[in-house]
Amino acid sequence: MTERVYAYYPGCTLQSTAKEYDVSARLVCNELGIELRELEDWTCCGASSAHSMSQLLGLALPARELQLAEEMGLPLVAPCAMCYFRLKFAAHDLVDETTLTTVREVLAKDFRNAAEVVHLLEVVAEDKETMLSKLKKSLAGMRVACYYGCLLVRPRDILDFDDEENPQMMDGLMEMLGAESIDWSFKTECCGASLPLSRPDIVLRLSHRILSQAKQLGADCIVVACPMCHSNLDSHQNEMKAKYNDGVGLPVLYFTQLLGLALGFSAKQLHLDKHLTDTGPMLENKGLA
Amino acid sequence: MAAVIIPSPVSELRSFVKSQSGQDVLRCYQCGKCTAGCPVAYAMDLGPRQIMRGIQLGLKQEVLQSSTIWLCVFCQTCSVRCPQEIDIARVMESLRILAIAEKGKPAEKDVELFHRLFIAIVERRGRIHELELGVRYNLQGWHPLANVGLLPSMLAKGKMPILAPKVKASAEIKKLFAAARAVEAKLEGKQR
Repeated sequence: MTERVYAYYPGCTLQSTAKEYDVSARLVCNELGIELRELEDWTCCGASSAHSMSQLLGLALPARELQLAEEMGLPLVAPCAMCYFRLKFAAHDLVDETTLTTVREVLAKDFRNAAEVVHLLEVVAEDKETMLSKLKKSLAGMRVACYYGCLLVRPRDILDFDDEENPQMMDGLMEMLGAESIDWSFKTECCGASLPLSRPDIVLRLSHRILSQAKQLGADCIVVACPMCHSNLDSHQNEMKAKYNDGVGLPVLYFTQLLGLALGFSAKQLHLDKHLTDTGPMLENKGLA
Repeated sequence: MAAVIIPSPVSELRSFVKSQSGQDVLRCYQCGKCTAGCPVAYAMDLGPRQIMRGIQLGLKQEVLQSSTIWLCVFCQTCSVRCPQEIDIARVMESLRILAIAEKGKPAEKDVELFHRLFIAIVERRGRIHELELGVRYNLQGWHPLANVGLLPSMLAKGKMPILAPKVKASAEIKKLFAAARAVEAKLEGKQR
């Protein structure tokens, strides 16, 4: 088997609101023989604000991280869909020589824009054989709604990740683990992104629509690959109950956590108790607690 | 009678948008697919289609004072569905940048405040510190109790570190910000 080594860019939220994503990502990668070498002294990629304030800053911040990966000579993997998008978007814009020269001047470093950027989901889903050989538990009997959000899939001509309107990568992974992934129409609808502080009403409305459709279709949980989506869908379910008189009560899990369960890790190891919407009853119900 | 506006072949606004975003808004034929698919359109004072028309007509004030440019969350649903392949999300981004440069009063002042504080913290620390962002946002926005409902459970679950992250490269990031400003000023000077 070829060696699978990646430069790892956790991004800010994986140290705070999405700690459980970082923990579960490292566990499953280690188990699957994927080596993650964290970028030394990485900094913020600028999401979700730099690009709105200055075009140059919106490129230079992710470029700094691209340069670090380039120095290591490794492809750069990001677990956060926003970071992934900003890194890949910058790499795309920096193909233009003039832009590259300008950004190089800002970085004051030798930078060739040579690093490849991938999302953690692609890396994990790639080697099916190893994964199948390591599975210890089936997720059979579990109905999951795979939610991709925006920045993992749009625009396809830059990201080249999966279909823009009906992506399948996460669904395929979940089916491989034995779960049933439901067919639904909110896979790539926006959750409200970076508005939870400034316009919580919008986040509540958009996220509630997503959650309630998944619930109506009989999903046991939603699966995500982005800390921003996770936070918007997971954290506000009590407020939704008050506002819409609809207690969704639908757990929202990272794909790495469900994969971790199937690989035999415990709910505690995978930090499944760290979500604001309780995952306990669902896990117990499915014999995964 | 409503005023009749005749699109001028030369529009300062349209040229700015083109130079910043690379998008030629004149290609828009007003089909409205952008507004139809926009998840936030319901909350905007002007829909994305109207913004595109506004740029075509050079209605700078109307466009820059709209809530639209701040409520756009860059989900890019419009961009990938536009039959004329205009990257509308990038157009919105360039309008935010212009609105900031012009120093007008933003229609969504809290959204602008959020972005400004976010970037200020990244400049100072190298990474974001969520708790500091929340506290500053509440104090400077004069809504001290906004969004505090979630704080106790976030703290209890260890999702909201009290201490800021330690980043060795923070000095390097300050330099990067300064260099970006200097380069931007130089480029602007050249354009004039």
